[in-house]
Amino acid sequence: MANFDAEFDASGLNCPLPILKAKKALGGIESGKVLHIIATDPGSVKDFDAFAKQTGHELLESREEGGKFHFLIKKS
Amino acid sequence: MKKLAIIATKGSLDWAYPPFILASTAAALGYEVQIFFTFYGLQLLRKKLTLEVTPLGNPGMPMPMNMDRWFPTFMLAAPGMQSIMTSMMKKKMKDKGVASLEELRELCLEADVKFVACQMTVDLFDMNPKDFIDNVEYAGAAAFFEFAGDSDICLYV
Repeated sequence: MANFDAEFDASGLNCPLPILKAKKALGGIESGKVLHIIATDPGSVKDFDAFAKQTGHELLESREEGGKFHFLIKKS
Repeated sequence: MKKLAIIATKGSLDWAYPPFILASTAAALGYEVQIFFTFYGLQLLRKKLTLEVTPLGNPGMPMPMNMDRWFPTFMLAAPGMQSIMTSMMKKKMKDKGVASLEELRELCLEADVKFVACQMTVDLFDMNPKDFIDNVEYAGAAAFFEFAGDSDICLYV
């Protein structure tokens, strides 16, 4: 996995909390920095894709590993 | 900036979710959001939320132990049934990592979702604004249209 600057574990949280908490976490980092989000909600795969498209933040990576979903989002 | 206008009309535990989920998510996506609370939707503005859920009149509601298939419908009206169902629903939501209404409402406010209470309904039911959270504006249908008329999405829930 590529490098990241901050991490947020949304494991166990259900829609829409992973998105809302990720949005908050992005608010706490500088533009250009990368946030790593871990989630267990299967719906979050499409949601983070849609979140990135609508907010302008870049979804660098989205993958499943060991039953968890990992996302790398670069703040715009 | 895109705008989302929601009319929240229902005051049960289950139906309180759609307006708060959609409003908080839209706000996170950069929408300007306003929720107009009218009739039973005003219950969602109380400082202390005591919303309940009932399977009465709702054959689509899944119940524990498949009760929705075999439990006699008239028995659902038995005393205490509603609070039992409410406790079960709340427990299930917690177990599944679904946010509490209090948390979602707070996230809405943090994201500057505007809450507007229907003044007419407040008068109609003799509700006391002191029982409602702060950050609520009181207005009527015309004020709703001022915002909704410009909105990209308008929902009646």
